[in-house]
Amino acid sequence: MNSTRCAACKYLRKKCPPDCIFSPLFPASDPQRFAHIHRIYGAGNIARMLQKLPAHLRAQAAESLSFEARCRIEDPVYGCVKIISQLQQEIFMAQSQLAKTLAQFQVFCNSLSIADPQFQHAAEASSSFIDQGPRSNHL
Amino acid sequence: MRKLMGSSSSYNTPCAACKFLRRKCMPDCIFAPYFPPEEPQKFANVHKIFGASNVTKLLSELLPHQREDAVNSMAYEAEARVRDPVYGCVGAISYLQRQVQRLQKELYAINADLLNYACSEIHQTAERATAPSLPLGGSSLVRSVAPPQGGPLPSVDLCSGSNVSNEVGGGGGGGGGGEGGDFYHFTGLPLHVYPLPWNGDSSRNSLITINEGGNGKYVSNGEKGHPI
Repeated sequence: MNSTRCAACKYLRKKCPPDCIFSPLFPASDPQRFAHIHRIYGAGNIARMLQKLPAHLRAQAAESLSFEARCRIEDPVYGCVKIISQLQQEIFMAQSQLAKTLAQFQVFCNSLSIADPQFQHAAEASSSFIDQGPRSNHL
Repeated sequence: MRKLMGSSSSYNTPCAACKFLRRKCMPDCIFAPYFPPEEPQKFANVHKIFGASNVTKLLSELLPHQREDAVNSMAYEAEARVRDPVYGCVGAISYLQRQVQRLQKELYAINADLLNYACSEIHQTAERATAPSLPLGGSSLVRSVAPPQGGPLPSVDLCSGSNVSNEVGGGGGGGGGGEGGDFYHFTGLPLHVYPLPWNGDSSRNSLITINEGGNGKYVSNGEKGHPI
């Protein structure tokens, strides 16, 4: 038996066995972390999810679950999905701004190339860049 | 006269939750408005990740007008977690953050290029203004500049007059932190992006699978990076 119980077993008020699945992931030093996860997902669900994963991935899974649980407690309606929503909005605005700037760039280069042939290749480059679209869309 | 028999509500189809839980769907069932029988997978995912009692508890703490969005966001998280048991929604957040940083870098680079070309033009205009003579009878638009030597157009720093590299190093237009900022650093793992449930068709199954190495594969017919 583990003389120092993990945060999960302390919270659940039970003995912490040597093969406790929570023990490496929820140390006693951070009781709040398990409390959040338990409140949102429940100990049984968490144990089941972690059990299905290979041991070397459980720490990352516990971290991401802990993060999502914290977000859900702070925002019971939207949770971490609000962050996704905000990021998608930022992407949309950045893409719009990029398209606008590229169009301005092309206009600028075209006007320069008309007045000065040495800017012709810059105008052609910006035109092909606009046709290609922003590089981030090419996945 | 035959009485109607059966454990389910006689005239109403049980909601997806009560069907899944194999219980009678009462008129005041808390799940019924949000888990229609046509979408069984929605409740199945939510039940798998959160559990029915936890969902009941979460919903009962909210006002009625907030519950629909709460259920949809939980369904979204649950689906993300079912698809990616290790990172769930956090994987999508990390991917989107990288997208934002990439776009900001591109924006920074294009703005820098625009500034370079503008500076170059101003510099040349200034040179022409101090040119010794114009061809007789020529208009002010005639310019005597050397043809380009080939290669990328060198940018000229207005202050020093020396040629500087046209490359914008690093960009770094994105804000703080390294890759992923305060979130997780995911490398070499597939990342998924999903449409949001309340701004589009929640039953749409758009999925983009992207490898960190950049060898992306578009596997659905939905929209990429679906904005709000």
